[in-house]
Amino acid sequence: MIVFQYDQSFEGLLSCVFDAFVLKRFPDKLISLDEPEPLFTEFNHTVISSRDKRDRLWKALEKKVDRNTLNMIGYAWLSELPGTDETIFRYLRKTFESQQSIATNFADDDVLKLRQLAQKVSKEKHRMIEFVRFQKTADEVYFAPIDPDHNVIPLIVTHFRNRFADQEWIIYDTRRNYGMHHQNRKLTEVRFENNDLFPEGKVAEQLLAENELIYRQLWKKYFKAITIHERINQQLHRQHLPRRYWKYLTEKER
Amino acid sequence: MNPAILSKLEILAESAKYDVSCASSGVTRSRTAGGIGNTSGWGICHSFTEDGRCVSLLKIMLTNHCIYDCAYCVNRRSNDVRRAAFTVDELVDLTIGFYRRNYIEGLFLSSGVINNPDYTMERLVRVARELRLKHRFNGYIHLKSIPGASELLVQEAGMYADRLSVNIEIANEQNLKLLAPEKDHASVFKPMEYIQQGMLENQELRKNAPKLRKFAPAGQSTQMIIGATDESDKTILQTSDMLYTKPGMKRVYYSGYIPVNTSDQRLPALKQPPLIRENRLYQADWLMRFYGFNVDEIVDDRYPNLDLEVDPKLSWALRHPQHFPVDVNTADYAMLLRIPGVGVKSAKTILMARRFSRLRSDDLKKIGVVMKKAKYFITCLELPFMTVHETSPEYVRKVLTEKKVSRKTVPPGQLTLFFPE
Repeated sequence: MIVFQYDQSFEGLLSCVFDAFVLKRFPDKLISLDEPEPLFTEFNHTVISSRDKRDRLWKALEKKVDRNTLNMIGYAWLSELPGTDETIFRYLRKTFESQQSIATNFADDDVLKLRQLAQKVSKEKHRMIEFVRFQKTADEVYFAPIDPDHNVIPLIVTHFRNRFADQEWIIYDTRRNYGMHHQNRKLTEVRFENNDLFPEGKVAEQLLAENELIYRQLWKKYFKAITIHERINQQLHRQHLPRRYWKYLTEKER
Repeated sequence: MNPAILSKLEILAESAKYDVSCASSGVTRSRTAGGIGNTSGWGICHSFTEDGRCVSLLKIMLTNHCIYDCAYCVNRRSNDVRRAAFTVDELVDLTIGFYRRNYIEGLFLSSGVINNPDYTMERLVRVARELRLKHRFNGYIHLKSIPGASELLVQEAGMYADRLSVNIEIANEQNLKLLAPEKDHASVFKPMEYIQQGMLENQELRKNAPKLRKFAPAGQSTQMIIGATDESDKTILQTSDMLYTKPGMKRVYYSGYIPVNTSDQRLPALKQPPLIRENRLYQADWLMRFYGFNVDEIVDDRYPNLDLEVDPKLSWALRHPQHFPVDVNTADYAMLLRIPGVGVKSAKTILMARRFSRLRSDDLKKIGVVMKKAKYFITCLELPFMTVHETSPEYVRKVLTEKKVSRKTVPPGQLTLFFPE
């Protein structure tokens, strides 16, 4: 078995592909640097990520595939699901080895898998655009905690940057412990050392803006009032609004 | 903030909830310097209520006082319900407060008729004007056009709103008159025409002045109540078909009648709102809009009502087995779309994928085709096994409608060895 070890970054993954084509040896498995090498390893190569390899590979890729596919690869990477790196690796290998574009060959497992991963991430991106709930604080910052399965913050900030251009806001991923802060059309990454300021995603009451609790109550009241009781359909409700997102939804607070 | 606003919101949201439309799609507007928000083009649902419906807009009434007495309406004059009314400022603050917290995409405003249609319409327009001009709100605004409102007011409404709508309510005019003596179809079609006229005139004007604001850029929509009167699905779908031919008509909504006024003798006593029928009508509507079906293919004199057991596409396929089986490796897009179990997405994927290799049933399954249905109507790389011809339409229908035995009904524990006598 041929194994490549790399640093689990996107740059690292592209360096893996680069090295593979240089060595003309293609790994059956990609593992992290500290993972023990599997049994029956006949060849082990540690990939050193470098910006140069990444840029050269990406440039070659840009010549080979369209914008849509490039996006799809990026989306799939952000899914952070186990095995994604190997899927992308095989996809890239097939792309470079094939004479014509393989982008729409959905009978191929890797092509289909890559699209499905990208769709999964895209779906959650949409959901996060929908389900972000801002809490207004006394110093006029709109704060929203999120807890997505995939790392979607890089994909959603443009939407919020355009929509709430005149607001100061923070969208914070509590699972990955980082967020984006927007002020005067500028985005900066933020990382809080401790989450005491917002236990369970709720900003402490004394820090909230004056009308914030009333707005929250109004929204909850509205959400209840708009339901038609003769048509209750909990299954459909949970299908559209899965339980794992309820944590930070104002209308689902008890 | 005024504490009374909480109860007002509750009353007026409850009065507005029977309006089905909550779409926020069809218009892309970027942010403006000093303005609030933008519009994304595709709709965004911000939440889903426990009945499974999307909450995209703040769907609310300006007031639920009404001079009319329509039998199907919860807010009719003779009903003893709590009444309330918002002031323009209250509603504007509420919309912007919700919008800034990412609760909503915008406002869907309707109203009971107070004094006369023009008076009511004027107040609706005022809310939209305040939002657009004073607060430079770029979010979505959907306004109800009040039946009987004058052309001038509808024209102004279209300048601020993204979508306008007038509800037909009942497809058959006699029945409408029976349930709503003060209304007739003319009072509904007139404002629809005003909206169309406004759109066409605006298009002409914009040729010379491209920066002019678009008139109702997301078009108009309407709604029909299902099951309150005795129309057949044929009447309903033909009405929709007629409406879709008009320019700017984006959506016809169907609303299963919910018995809100149980004491009224003119209305049927329903235990359950006709939810399945409503669903079938939406499916038929989709067939007409996205699948290239003609209304006469879905319902005709022999089958004036949709089949409640199976969806309209499967029902059409079972009635026309001569078009099947379809070879997915050669058939054109229009025919792929007619296969039960193949949707727009999978049809497009099939078109792309079959350029590389001929597709097997395995591939189709992975692509997302519902093979449970499709297998009776297709041939692929494998030989057809049991299509609708090897068996019969009756057999396919039976297999596809059979209720699955749920595991819960099987008693737990060891099965008995002895047959019951």
